[in-house]
Amino acid sequence: MVAVSDEDLFEDELDPSGPPLASERAFAESKTESKHEPEDQPRSLPRKTLDDRAALWGSALGAVAFVWVIYEHVLMWSGTLGFIVCVWGVFVALYFAVSLSAHPMPIVIDRMAAVVAASGALLIGFALATTIISTFVKGWPAVHHLNFYLHDMGGVSPGTDPLNRGGVRHAMIGSAIEAGIATLISLPLGLGTAIYLSEIGGRSTTLIRTVVEAMTALPDILAGLFVYVLMVILLGLEKSGFAVAIALSVTMVPIIARSAEVALRVVPSGLREASLALGSSRWQTVWRVVLPTARSGLATALILGIARITGETAPLLIVSAANTFTNVNPLHEPMNSLPLYIYSGVRSGQPLFISRAYGAASLLLVLVLVLFIITRLLARKRGRRS
Amino acid sequence: MTMPVSPLRAENVSAWFGNRKVLDRVSLDMPAKTVTALIGPSGCGKSTFLRILNRMHESVPSAKLAGEVRLFGNDIYDAGQRVTETRKRIGMVFQKPNPFPAMSIIDNVTAGLKLTGTKVSRSEKAELVERCLRRGGLWDEVKDRLHTSGSSLSGGQQQRLCIARSLAVEPDVLLMDEPCSALDPTSTYRIEQTIAELAPDVTIVIVTHNMQQAARVSQQCAFFLAAQSSPGVIVESGPTDQVFDNPQDQRTSDYVNGRFG
Amino acid sequence: MIDTLWPSEVDEPDEPELDRPRTINPGLDASDRVFRFTARSIGFFVLVLTGSIGLFLGYQAVPTVRHYGLSFFTQTQWLPERDKVGIAAITLGTVEVAVIALAVGFPLALLCALYISEYAPAWLKSTLVSMVDLMAAVPSIIYGLWGFFLLQPRALYLSRWLASYFGWIPIFKVDTDPRAAFWAQTQFTSSAFIAGLCVAMMVIPLACAVMLGVFSQAPLGEREASYALGSTRWGMIRTVVLPFGRGGIIGGTMLGLGRALGETIAVLLIISPAFDIKIAILSNGTQTVSGLIAGSFGEATSTQLTALLAAGFMLFLMTIGINTVAAVFVSRSRSGTGTDI
Repeated sequence: MVAVSDEDLFEDELDPSGPPLASERAFAESKTESKHEPEDQPRSLPRKTLDDRAALWGSALGAVAFVWVIYEHVLMWSGTLGFIVCVWGVFVALYFAVSLSAHPMPIVIDRMAAVVAASGALLIGFALATTIISTFVKGWPAVHHLNFYLHDMGGVSPGTDPLNRGGVRHAMIGSAIEAGIATLISLPLGLGTAIYLSEIGGRSTTLIRTVVEAMTALPDILAGLFVYVLMVILLGLEKSGFAVAIALSVTMVPIIARSAEVALRVVPSGLREASLALGSSRWQTVWRVVLPTARSGLATALILGIARITGETAPLLIVSAANTFTNVNPLHEPMNSLPLYIYSGVRSGQPLFISRAYGAASLLLVLVLVLFIITRLLARKRGRRS
Repeated sequence: MTMPVSPLRAENVSAWFGNRKVLDRVSLDMPAKTVTALIGPSGCGKSTFLRILNRMHESVPSAKLAGEVRLFGNDIYDAGQRVTETRKRIGMVFQKPNPFPAMSIIDNVTAGLKLTGTKVSRSEKAELVERCLRRGGLWDEVKDRLHTSGSSLSGGQQQRLCIARSLAVEPDVLLMDEPCSALDPTSTYRIEQTIAELAPDVTIVIVTHNMQQAARVSQQCAFFLAAQSSPGVIVESGPTDQVFDNPQDQRTSDYVNGRFG
Repeated sequence: MIDTLWPSEVDEPDEPELDRPRTINPGLDASDRVFRFTARSIGFFVLVLTGSIGLFLGYQAVPTVRHYGLSFFTQTQWLPERDKVGIAAITLGTVEVAVIALAVGFPLALLCALYISEYAPAWLKSTLVSMVDLMAAVPSIIYGLWGFFLLQPRALYLSRWLASYFGWIPIFKVDTDPRAAFWAQTQFTSSAFIAGLCVAMMVIPLACAVMLGVFSQAPLGEREASYALGSTRWGMIRTVVLPFGRGGIIGGTMLGLGRALGETIAVLLIISPAFDIKIAILSNGTQTVSGLIAGSFGEATSTQLTALLAAGFMLFLMTIGINTVAAVFVSRSRSGTGTDI
């Protein structure tokens, strides 16, 4: 118990003769009374105490040691997967017991919740990392040959010929042409719809928006089947790059329309009003004010749409074919594309072909990563500007 | 002669947000069973100081502090002190009423017990709820609808619910951060009544930028001031009558007489 | 004499004039008229196009039911050469794979969203959010490769473990002895379970992103109230964040469910087609609607094609329904106004 005197209670009252600041006065006092020097450095408030750290790491190490001893011999299970699961289980149990011995239940539960949440995130991160890394690692044997990019599979047997022969030039070109045509079709349609919904409006906006929303739910295989039935069966056209582009557009238009509408909606209405108040027409407002302001959001929408359709495989199974030669004519004969090449490679079961497929998968993944990084840069630029 | 230890006492408390210092060596003693009001113009660190008293200040990532806050003599920022324990003993009512909307009135009152793992039997629970709602001045108005949602009440009622909720964990000190500033005059009056009724049982520290309110409800008073781009300090503190009727400092006199603020 | 400006009583009409709003002609100039016309045309064009796709698919149900009768819905086999087709087995298979994907994906997505939103240190948070978005952008064929080459060989052991210790529960039963020294690996491959695990990778980022968006909006006032009462972080999450985010949790999960139902390529790569009604998810063989369409369209006669279209249309209806319910859940919840799904 600390004794408190009357003097201490009114420490802050100032000398009636003049008003030096309390802080100044305290500073002046400190100079004369060296034993009562107020400290003015921030104190450290560690979020994790020694107890927190010791409990966590102690339990972890203890779990590893314990399971190491009993795993092979007592439980007679094998395999790294089982080992890791056992370590995790014992760790949680140990951490729980250690915490319970020193802390009340709410704190113990809080610790357990933190561990479980972190474990979930870690598991997902691990799965994603293995996906990406394994794709690049398994694709490397094929990808580091120059011919992979310069040749197609014409005259090359994918299952038996070594990896320094043949390549995916035809698939890359096919993917590019198909995605390009799809974008040319989908961008005006999607953006136009978004502009209509966001800028003009009318009685049918709810209807159009509902239908567009519903169409985003269309499974991509159905888009392919629809184009197949309509164009190949009913209209008698042949499977071609153009047919694929149409199938991709069926998926792409609603996606672009919805994301673009969101990007346009975010533009503050005050900007539109300012533009109109200056006497400009609706069209000029949209063209000179709204679209430029929403530029990065629209670019993100477009880029994500392109990333999405370049990776789409399902409709390709139906309206395209895995050719081995390069075809640059979208209207005549099917074109191979990266996802289709990958699929046929995996399905073949031949190790060399599978390597090539992984090479193509690496290219696809690089493309998606590059597009993704571009959208992040755009978002950061947008954030900095606003 | 030794006086009993004050429930709450701040010693040379300084506070920073990043490199910007917002409080400079503030010391204040908050005596037991009294209402201490912290007054002063806006932006001089009163709320920051209040939040230091129950360790809410450190939830901001760039926040730093120096000095000590002693709850019955023990520094609450000591390495061995558990934050959750401190906050249970020093409760807080906020400026904007924040009952939990997903819970009924009863569940709101007992929320603190549930969150701190305090076990209460069912019979004790009903009695506790009634006692807290009475002390918070809300019992008569809600006794028939205890199972309705907490957010269905008016602003003033919500604030009294928050007071009742804070009282349920039986804190030693109750901090109030401008509890009436978001409310209409009638609710404000009702809450000031509640504060007066609570005072003999709970030590209360209230931040207010309404001087008349400070004069009405408090027995002790501390006047905060921050000069241009300087950290806040306590210019003067003492019994409320003295600070208002016979201030020692010219600035205090100016403020309480409405010449600035 | 100065003329007064007051109206003389002779001029006053007997009834006061009514206060009718006048029609305003904005007087648009030519460019605006063209603009409005073009935009409106595009909007309607897209409406007609997308709507007719839906109608076209739905219309196929008519000849299908006419040809196969209601047995279309109860027949489990799909034998085009015998013209015996039905969607009973594949509907069950689709639902099984989707439910497994949800059962694995939902808790993981929730934990991941909670970790990123509440536990992750500030410097790590934006990186983690980007990782979730990246995970959503990876094409499903890459997950299919991962599932077939990396996951399946290891998941076999998990299946076997489940069958050994929980085989008494019907869904985990397998037609072989999992504890035998030389256990039949082939009985566990290409199962609905493994396909579901793979599809979970596509469900998780979708659900997680919606949940993240919702958790970030949990009001600060309530969070502080919880802490001020002496609550721990988990106590605050339980009392404030989870109830607030309920709409987003459910909505995000349903969105993931819709995705899982429509997933084609991962399923195709992993499963081996089997058309029987079984709930033994660990055992070899299953089939989903999309897998069937991809696999069978080549040899289908025109009636069978319409049958495939009809099956696909049913799938489409399911995903529309689920997406709509998901959107309603998110928009009606407290967190709705700020979230777009």
